[in-house]
Amino acid sequence: MDLTLKIWRQKNADDKGKMVDYPVKGISPDMSFLEMLDVLNEELVNKDEEPVAFDHDCREGICGMCSLYINGEPHGPDKGITTCQLHMRHFHDGETIYIEPFRAKAFPIIKDLIVDRSAFDRIQQAGGFISVNTSGNTQDANAIPVNKHDADLAFDNATCIGCGACVAACKNSSAMLFVSAKISQFAALPQGKVEAEKRALDMVHQMDVEGFGNCTNTGACEAECPKGITLSSIATMNREFIKASASTKQ
Amino acid sequence: MAELNSNIPAGPLKDKWTNHKNNIRLVNPANKRGIDVIVIGTGLAGGAAAATLAELGYKVKAFCFQDSPRRAHSIAAQGGINAAKNYQGDGDSIYRLFYDTVKGGDYRSRESNSWRLAEVSANIIDQCVAQGVPFAREYGGLLDNRSFGGVLVSRTFYAKGQTGQQLLLGAYAAMNRQIGKGKIEMYNRHEMLDVVIVNGKARGIIARDLVTGKIERHGAHAVVVGSGGYGNVFFLSTNAMGSNGSAAWKIHKKGAYFANPCYTQIHPTCIPVSGDHQSKLTLMSESLRNDGRIWVPKKMEDVEAIRNKTKKPVDIPHEDRDYYLERRYPSFGNLVPRDVASRAAKERCDAGYGVNATGQAVFLDFASAIERYGKEQAHIQGLDENDKAIVTKLGKQVIANKYGNLFQMYEKIVDQNPYETPMMIYPAVHYTMGGIWVDYNLMTTIPGLYAIGEANFSDHGANRLGASALMQGLADGYFVLPYTIGDYLADEIRTGKISTDTPEFEQAEKDVVERLEKFINNKGTKSVDSFHKRLGHIMWNKVGMARNEKGLTEAIEEIKALREEFWKDVKVPGGRFEYNEELAKAGRVADFLELGELMAKDALVRTESCGGHFREESQSEEGEAQRDDANFFHVAAWEYTGVPSEAILHKEPLAYEEIEVKTRSYK
Repeated sequence: MDLTLKIWRQKNADDKGKMVDYPVKGISPDMSFLEMLDVLNEELVNKDEEPVAFDHDCREGICGMCSLYINGEPHGPDKGITTCQLHMRHFHDGETIYIEPFRAKAFPIIKDLIVDRSAFDRIQQAGGFISVNTSGNTQDANAIPVNKHDADLAFDNATCIGCGACVAACKNSSAMLFVSAKISQFAALPQGKVEAEKRALDMVHQMDVEGFGNCTNTGACEAECPKGITLSSIATMNREFIKASASTKQ
Repeated sequence: MAELNSNIPAGPLKDKWTNHKNNIRLVNPANKRGIDVIVIGTGLAGGAAAATLAELGYKVKAFCFQDSPRRAHSIAAQGGINAAKNYQGDGDSIYRLFYDTVKGGDYRSRESNSWRLAEVSANIIDQCVAQGVPFAREYGGLLDNRSFGGVLVSRTFYAKGQTGQQLLLGAYAAMNRQIGKGKIEMYNRHEMLDVVIVNGKARGIIARDLVTGKIERHGAHAVVVGSGGYGNVFFLSTNAMGSNGSAAWKIHKKGAYFANPCYTQIHPTCIPVSGDHQSKLTLMSESLRNDGRIWVPKKMEDVEAIRNKTKKPVDIPHEDRDYYLERRYPSFGNLVPRDVASRAAKERCDAGYGVNATGQAVFLDFASAIERYGKEQAHIQGLDENDKAIVTKLGKQVIANKYGNLFQMYEKIVDQNPYETPMMIYPAVHYTMGGIWVDYNLMTTIPGLYAIGEANFSDHGANRLGASALMQGLADGYFVLPYTIGDYLADEIRTGKISTDTPEFEQAEKDVVERLEKFINNKGTKSVDSFHKRLGHIMWNKVGMARNEKGLTEAIEEIKALREEFWKDVKVPGGRFEYNEELAKAGRVADFLELGELMAKDALVRTESCGGHFREESQSEEGEAQRDDANFFHVAAWEYTGVPSEAILHKEPLAYEEIEVKTRSYK
């Protein structure tokens, strides 16, 4: 396939940035989207031009490092996947593809298509954990039985890979789906219960500090989430947050 | 020359760790606050170590090249983590886990370390469950288990096909708790470019901020390297693109011995190569072999018909299929260890029975499992067990529950539905069992410098059994290193803050900068990736699944020549003080171009076959790997001299007190 790529180029956070056209030829439908960019970059290096910077690592859909806004959608047109799992068979010969970084105030651009998602780390640092010592003196694992339904619910929320597609998809740049996944995971487990209220308050507070927007139930996050986290997680988070706000313990 | 003393504690094997912990020196909590420890890498080993060291009271600086510790490649591990809990009552015990590990490693691991690994394994599960890791549960609320290759009991704990992710998120959460408290300073998008040695001791690192390009000096009383394996030396592997051997290689060049570098695990169940554009290979969890049956057609005409697409795999009748693992290894069948399964697949494909266009794929078929589970479910639900449609539907549901995300991943990549047609798989480079030589305390031959997880060599021997890498990473990080390091740090309480304003730091920084400048100013004609791919070809063809004297000798010369060409002709666009991925890659590939040569040298010298190291000259009449215990019952620990293939070989003899060393058989 021969394609025209329109790619956002921006030297660094202070640079203004612009869309640049790049034609690519002989793209195989079996290539992944990132492999197609590898091909482009190899050509650019050979022409003494700077390659396009983009984030990627595991290339099997689990590390959450790859991003990219492709034809107006985070991770591109296919559903339930990350960009590294997107294959060129979803495009056709002669097509023009727009490739942009994830755009959100809380995700400042580092270079080209790379954004800084460390706000997600700081939200986790505010309370996305269970306060247990890593001393090895914990009770036997089977002493904490978990109802299978709850365990599965916790797992479904734990599958969030922190890629930020939810933020990129949201017209308000809200991080509610991401934050709600962690809160919902622990809310479903007996281990997390003790500090559930503090967790909900602290994480939501940090989310606001980082400059993410609010949720207006549009559902774009759910539609674009590569791991199928649902809006019901946001409902759980809201419930946890309201409960915690009303609690006299806090 | 450093002394090769494994420091294995005296006493009976089963008491060694307990006695050692009882006798190890402790550091007063008030003094711990004045001690700095640097941790390189934040995967299962590094992340767990950083969290635990901070928990104990040390001041920790942690470094990762990714944008967040949560992205470390441990996250991609799929199948599970072993632990000798015997929850299933199928006869498991610490001894059996230890025995399987040592046997699986072809009797080339250190006995005392393997025992300790089995001993602390149960504790790991307790720790992770307490952290909220959502392991699979049974309806009664208790933890579920499954079995893995090379093993006859169900001791593997799992979270669907995402066990690595869930365990890593547990360690990441533990780190976040300490970062939030200010006990860990986290350096994302930073790469260690050298270790600094002062008076023979590791005293810090030189790091580069990958965003600004700024070079930084960091001093510490001890440095812990948990930077993972070096499988990307092959270019195509199941590792993440950024995984690299550089931290390990840098410390090797500064004096840490590199042990058994040739031991590379080739994983049998990966998605086959589809073309030259390929950037990496995707692993399909070994747990699939619990329910998948591996076969190729018996008749060559069927092989051709499948390749020409005139026949579908489901059209080949049962009697015309060669379930070669079940045929050759009746007692373990599809669950033989990874090295055995990989070689058997290569043997069938080399004989011409490969089922894809390149002839390098075999089938992994779930049809029997779908039928078996379907019938079971129909029986439970009181439905007609002979109704094929119902049985198939129910069976598919069970399979989806167990392996759903893996099936989805396969379908996305290959564009075929594995519920309807068998998967195609082929072996690929996966895990490196070799690594930095460490003693029982996980200290390298440089005092104050430690190596943990995949970056060290000690626990797996020549082959790693499934679900044992996660176990080792977390064992080292949570339960071993944080205690053994105290023995060294007890002498450091009066040292005071390590100054980075010394000639040693100055020199190390100067060397690092010179190298970076050389890349930028080289103005060659070929990209970094083009060299990496050429190195990968040499490595896979001559230092890959089967090796021989001729190929290895050639490989050494070819790598040398390629390295020379690289330094003359590599092209790195962009500048030093900006985000420059090509520059970072150039440094890593330069290191691989040295490490690959040492791997070939190690493989050449070891004229026996063992585990993942198969020397064609050393095999039985049936084509099984043949060990040579008389000559190679040792760890090969290499000392750097300037040219990798001229490294000096030191031998750590292996001794087994508890078990009899036997020929490995899975028949």
